[in-house]
Formats: sequence, C-alpha cells, structure tokens
Amino acid sequence: MFAVLIDQFWSLTIAGIALGFIYVLISLGYTMVYGVLRMINFANSEIFMWGTFGTIITSRDIFHYTQTSEPAKGFKLIFVLLCSLLMSMAVAGLTAVFVEFVAYRRLRMKGTNRLATLISAIGISIVLSEIMRLLTASRPVGAPRVLEKIILTEIWGANIRLDTIITIIAAAIIFFILERFVKLSRMGKAIRAVSMNEDAAKLMGVNLNRVIATTFLVGGLATGAASFFYVTVFEYTKFNIGFTMGMAAFTAAVLGGIGNIRGAFYGGLTLGLLEVYASAVLGTQWKAVTVFLVLVLVLLFKPNGLFGEAVQTTRA
Amino acid sequence: MKIRNYWNLRDWGAGIWERANRPKRIAIAIVSIVLVTLLPFAGASFLATPIAAYDAVLVYPVGVFVLMALGLNIVVGKSGMLDLGYVAFFAIGAYTMALMGTHTGLNTWEIMPFGIGFAMLAGVLLGLPTLRLRGDYLAIVTLGFGEIVRLVVLNSTWSKGPNGIANIPMPPDIGPLKFKLEDQKVFFWVVVTMILLTIWMIRRLSIRRPGRAWEAIRQDEDAAELMGIPTLKYKIWSFTLGAAVGGAAGVLFASKNLFIAPEMFTLNVSILILSCVVFGGIGNIWGVVVGAAILGYLPERIRFISDARLLVFGLVLVIVMNFRPDGLLPRKKREKAIIKKEVNA
Repeated sequence: MFAVLIDQFWSLTIAGIALGFIYVLISLGYTMVYGVLRMINFANSEIFMWGTFGTIITSRDIFHYTQTSEPAKGFKLIFVLLCSLLMSMAVAGLTAVFVEFVAYRRLRMKGTNRLATLISAIGISIVLSEIMRLLTASRPVGAPRVLEKIILTEIWGANIRLDTIITIIAAAIIFFILERFVKLSRMGKAIRAVSMNEDAAKLMGVNLNRVIATTFLVGGLATGAASFFYVTVFEYTKFNIGFTMGMAAFTAAVLGGIGNIRGAFYGGLTLGLLEVYASAVLGTQWKAVTVFLVLVLVLLFKPNGLFGEAVQTTRA
Repeated sequence: MKIRNYWNLRDWGAGIWERANRPKRIAIAIVSIVLVTLLPFAGASFLATPIAAYDAVLVYPVGVFVLMALGLNIVVGKSGMLDLGYVAFFAIGAYTMALMGTHTGLNTWEIMPFGIGFAMLAGVLLGLPTLRLRGDYLAIVTLGFGEIVRLVVLNSTWSKGPNGIANIPMPPDIGPLKFKLEDQKVFFWVVVTMILLTIWMIRRLSIRRPGRAWEAIRQDEDAAELMGIPTLKYKIWSFTLGAAVGGAAGVLFASKNLFIAPEMFTLNVSILILSCVVFGGIGNIWGVVVGAAILGYLPERIRFISDARLLVFGLVLVIVMNFRPDGLLPRKKREKAIIKKEVNA
C-alpha cells in the first residue's frame, strides 16, 4: 500500500507542490473576497474555468499553435507563454469584476441577508458555466502544445519537468507580488481596512465600491494565473473543471483559515501534497474523501483553520 | 385592500387567513388541498411540460423538491445553519430503499422507517462533532459530508458503484390506488400527503419549545445559550428532523424512479434545494413551497429551449434575488428586522 509512496516520494512531492501552488492562487480568489465581504465567492470556480479558455484562445487562435505543431523555442516560447498568462489573468479578472457588479453590488448596497447574495452568486456561476458549455458544445478542449515538457534534471530519482518548475517558480512570484500589494500599497491598506471594519473604513473616506471591485479584480487575477498554470500542466480544459478545482481550492482556503492570505498559501500547499500522497496510497478515487476527512478533523481541533484568526465566533 | 398589498403577496395572503373565522379557514384549506390534488389532471392545459411526462414532473422534481426544501428549511430557515450537503440524507434514504428493496423483499412503506431512521442517524453522527462550528465553516463541512457520501457510494462494490442499482420495487397498491410507471398520479398524491404531514410537523414544532429555541438560536446563538437554551441539543434536533424529511424524500424517489445511480446525488442537488428555500422566502413555509414548486417546474416547462434552459434558470436566480432579496414570499417583517440588525453588527 505504501510502496508507491515510498518509491516515488520525491516525484510525488514535486507534483504535489506544483498542484499546491495552483490551489494557492485559486484560493486567493476565495480568501480575499471572504476577507472583505465575509461571503463565499461562489462564482470563483467559474472564473477559473473562464481563465483557462483565455490561455487556450491565446495559443490556439492568436498564435495558431495546434496539438501536433512544433513546440515553441527560445524567446518566442517565453513571449507566447507570457501572453497566455496575461490573457488568462485579464479574462479571469474582468469576469470577477463582472460577477461583483452583477451578483453582489446591488444586494450589498441594499444590506440584505447573506443567503440571498449566496444564491445570486450561485445563479451567476450557473450562467457562466452554461454559456461556456453552449460555446464548446459540452466537449473537452485540448490545449495546443506550446511548451515541450522536457525533463530538466533528476533529483533523488525524481524527474524535474520544465512545466512543473515553471509553475512552482512563477506561481510563487505571483503570490509574492500579490501579497506585497495587499501589505504595502495604498489600495491594499484600504482592502485590509475594509476587511477589519467596514463602517470605520467608510468613515475614514475609503471608497467602498472601488475597494470591493479591486478585491474581486485581484482575486480574479490570481485565479486567472492559476488557470494558465493548470492548462500548461494538464493541457486540457472543459466547461465543468471549475467545480472540482474550485471545491479543492475553497477547502484549501478554509484549511488555512479563510480570509487570511498566508492561510491560503499554507492551506493550498498542504492540500496539494495531501491530495497527491492520498491518491498514491489509497488510489485516486478516495482522494477527495481523504481531503474532506482531514478538513473535518482540522476544523474539529482548530475551528478557525490552521492559521485563521481567533475571533471567528464574532462573525458567524 | 390597497394595490401594494397585491405586490406584497405574503401580507395579502396572511391577511385573508387572519381575517377568516374557523369554518372559513377550514373551507380555504379544503379547497386548496382539493385544487392541488387535482393538479395531475391539468396536463392538457398550458401547464403541460414538453418532452417529460407532466404527471411524472409533478412527482419529481416538483413534489420531491417541495418536500426536501421543507426539510432543509428546518435547518437553514428555522435555526439558521447553512447546510450545503443536504443531498447526503436524500442519498441515504434512496440507497436504503434500493438495497433493502432488492435484497429483503420488504415493501416501500416498511422500508420508509428504516430510510428515515438511517438518515436521522447520519444527521446525529454528523451533527454531534460539527454543529459546534458556525457560519461558513459549517457550510464547508456539510458540503464535504455530501461529497463523501456520494464518493463512498460511487467507489464501493455493495452499491454497484457508478452503475447504480436497478429493479427497485414499486410501492404496493393502496386499495384501489395502483402505482403505475406510465401514470404517476398516485405517486403525486403520496408526495402531497407527505408534504402535508411535514408542514403539519413544522407548524406544531414552530409554536412550541423547539420552535422558540430555534428562533432564539437563529437570532443570536450566544444569547440563547446564556438564556439557558441547550443550543447544541436543539441544533442537532433541527438537523436531524431536516435529515428525516430528506431521507423520506429519498425513499420515495428511489421507489418512483426504480433506478438510482451516484450521479443523481451531486452537490448540485443540495445547491438547487437551497436555492428553492432562499428563492421562495427563507423561513416561511408557503414561500418555500412556492419557490421549490417554481424552481422544480421551470426547467421542465422551458425544455423547448432545451440547451439554454439551465442558462435561463441561472438568470432567473440572479434577477429574482436582486429584486426580491428576501424571496418571493418573505417571512414576517418582525422576524426580518432582526436579520438586518445582524448584518450591520
């Protein structure tokens, strides 16, 4: 049972870290919105799904790569990948702002109960996923091969593939930039102020609407980056992939303590490793069950998540 | 009666009811029950659903959705706990029916108590450790529970995995009423009976100690605890009663559908039922009934735009929630005011 795990421990670990970084970026979309609005951004999984199509459109329709064409090399490779990344981020970011505008803003201004907003968000996520289902005729879309997945080196018997390395490094950089943005920039300060106390922030002259829209935008940008990495690693997308990835990322956000950016980081990495190890030991079909059992156990002993703030009960 | 009273359907309806004396109330109740009972005969009118058989649509989704929404309303509407894994209890009921029906030879009515019992047991087992959590943390744990039940069923051999269980027996005839696959009126009447029983149960509980305890918990859990209400006990009760209704709906669904498979019990069902509750008017029984009936019926009615019907469904959710955030038939103003305060706090 554990033979696979011990045999391939390092290659599993590296795959887990790459998957974990994808989760980190998606769960930023959940955690940032939760921090400001105290609400689950239910449409984030569909924002992620739209982001994956951003990458595919760039490489397939703008640069005309196909699944059989020669992979790009050198400077052109970097250029195409960068364009895809930016396109994914742009698509996801704009979708996120659109979601805020359509599903959240009006209800928030009215000050209604949270469940109404949740249902409205569920509605918009059904709309987003259905539009894409109709556009792609329910079929999975293969991603053109832009990046050749060469094996760079071998460490302790584990193959280090180019796409995993790119994912890990670039995702870490993007996470770092976003974290610095929230920590240091003026807008980031406003975001944190609103998340601490909405009324006080408003009295201090913070433009609430703009701050919340920016939060959605930043969360969307992170999610979009994640969709680029997802397509690069798995080379495939479909109108319903958002569901599984979104659920896992939301679990990661809760695991780390939702509303907390560092929590998303640790939660995402923990979940990525956990999923990979669990599928090696128990088989892929039990992966999700293990993840949820761990989540329940963590919440039982640390009800605010691993790194959550201590005042959860005041904002139930 | 002013014009705005028609817009505020809830107060208008409640006004008629409150002004009526006892014989009048009994008359209203009997007339509405008879009208609902006659619904399956209205198949030839504008109500008819294209493609799907009209009387089958009345049983599932409409009837079963109303039943489940009423059950979920005990948890979400009455005691204010967000449950995103309600489908688990539905699945437990359905699989109890499927397994016992194919293996033991018991009939649907004999299995019903088992289905309800197992669902309640699951409710207690899940509730005991998790109901100490609040808000979104409870939501994610229940969501996880729903997924775990589905995945266990999907990956086990006793449940025949993704192939599902076929040949589930139909309920035996009740006197002259025969259950038939091609004519599902009797199923509909059974569902209506179960819905009425559930409504009766909720109304009795609401005006007694448990109902007051749930109301107190929903408004302020800490205050309720300080006032001496054993909150955990009442939360588990509310959770378990909701589970019981879900289990009963599951048993009936399996017996009606004759075939069940894990893919019928995805998270989407939980979300759909929650939408029914909030769409109709959370906490108000009649709102929930109307909401579930509309949301169950609408996708079947607009099947002629086959591919885009879910898209329309999503749009309806967004638009209605934006313009009537308290649902179609919201609960009483008195109760609503306290929610407003909660948001501002």
